[in-house]
Amino acid sequence: MDLVFFAQDCINGVLMGLIYGLVALGLTLIFGVLKVINFAHGSFIMVGMYVSYWAVTLTGLHPYLALGIIVPAMFLFGYWIQNLLIRPIFIAERDVREPITVIVVTTGMWYVLDNLALLVFGPDYRALSPNPLKGQMLNFGEIFISVPKLYGAAAAVATAGLLFWFLQKTRMGRAIRATSLDRDAASLMGINQWKIFNIAMGIGTAVAGVAGAVLTPFYNVYPTVGIPFDVKSFVIVVLGGLGSIWGALVGGVIIGLVESIGPIFMTSTWTEAIVYGLFLLVLFVKPSGLFGQKHDW
Amino acid sequence: MPLLDVKDVNVAYGDVQVLYDLSISVEEGEVVSIIGGNGAGKSTLLRTISGLLSPASGTIDFNGVGTHDMAPDGVVNTGLIQVPEGRRLFSLMTVKDNLMAGAHNEAAYAAREETLREVYEMFPRLEERQSQLAMTLSGGEQQMVAIGRGLMAKPKLLMLDEPSLGLAPVLIKEIFQTIRSIADKGLTVLLVEQDVNHSLELSERGYVLEHGRIAMQGKAEKLLVDPYIKEAYLGI
Repeated sequence: MDLVFFAQDCINGVLMGLIYGLVALGLTLIFGVLKVINFAHGSFIMVGMYVSYWAVTLTGLHPYLALGIIVPAMFLFGYWIQNLLIRPIFIAERDVREPITVIVVTTGMWYVLDNLALLVFGPDYRALSPNPLKGQMLNFGEIFISVPKLYGAAAAVATAGLLFWFLQKTRMGRAIRATSLDRDAASLMGINQWKIFNIAMGIGTAVAGVAGAVLTPFYNVYPTVGIPFDVKSFVIVVLGGLGSIWGALVGGVIIGLVESIGPIFMTSTWTEAIVYGLFLLVLFVKPSGLFGQKHDW
Repeated sequence: MPLLDVKDVNVAYGDVQVLYDLSISVEEGEVVSIIGGNGAGKSTLLRTISGLLSPASGTIDFNGVGTHDMAPDGVVNTGLIQVPEGRRLFSLMTVKDNLMAGAHNEAAYAAREETLREVYEMFPRLEERQSQLAMTLSGGEQQMVAIGRGLMAKPKLLMLDEPSLGLAPVLIKEIFQTIRSIADKGLTVLLVEQDVNHSLELSERGYVLEHGRIAMQGKAEKLLVDPYIKEAYLGI
């Protein structure tokens, strides 16, 4: 086997894996705080990609500069989804920590959002334009590195780092962590649970917006684009540990590497089997995931 | 006018009524105990005062402000702070972060560094362990964090729900001494306890709660020698 090809695949796997981690990051944050599974996460990624697409198309900005528009827009989107659609369920089922109804509602949001996108934008595959990163490659000897993926991987690490810093070091971050650990005790400290839920959902959705901006320079936008990312996000989040920021990145890299190195040794359809096999194995052996806390759930 | 005035409060969980026309009051600077057995409604009363439960009827006034229809964060802003039963620390956060989380309301946040110094002076062991996760502490240390976290919120009235729960006898003594010394600094304290002896000893007044109603009330030293209390709660 050619070592150069192997190195090339490893690099690709790590880069794409970090981007997968970024895609899953919002899901893990929202679960960590609200303790509900957001089945509409893939649709949030889709919305993030459309918002990125239109932000770039209408303003002509570099997709990474357009983050200045994308992130606030997505934050408000998540904030109001939580405030208008999910909060009433928490209030109606106030004795339940993880209302099952939320899963049904987020599944409904998934269908509504995907079909709204189909209705409004049609089924076309849209490629970003202007796209300053289109097809750019760095080349080191015989190894080629895709520039949009390299930028995306860097954005993933930076976003995770920023989120980690925010949660550990700021007053709001501390209040978010306190609420995720014990809602009643946090309320007794004067922390408004509903405000924290809105903000956490807003941040998780804003991170999905970052993922959208990172993906659009090398990935077409279409109404059901979120579905494969949705499924992948769940596998990544379970691998890395629900609620863990770094777990999401590590889980993403594992999936990325399996997908890129696997085809050297077997037909590429088998990599899916390995991914889901790994998923089941983790659930059997360490259900809390690689970085998840055993504590609490 | 009393600092805390609870009047004719009725509280129910669904169809099950827990508190019946219950009235208590706490004057500024007082230490008041509420004693009673399991299921008497002691914790329900504190949860209602804190805004976690809302009364079906009745009023709660604190410092001249009606708090019975406030959400918990509104109640905290008035200076009415509860240290909950079973400590309820943020287990995966450090000791310091737990304390800082207590200083969430605006007034407390502005004074957080100064209050933190005071808390560390009161509990030097917490300063030694400030970067440890709360879940790794012993029961006594966890209770110190819980009280410290309550103090970080800059209370005008501190409510303590069974601070002695699950602690060794020597630690129970220490915790009650701490509570007495907090009260001696001028803080008003409302103490809910099953440990009747210790809690009445450090209180000025007491209420006996039975089946959701006030069964007896009076000066703490009178309650301590009352034949009924001796038999029912002290087993003498």
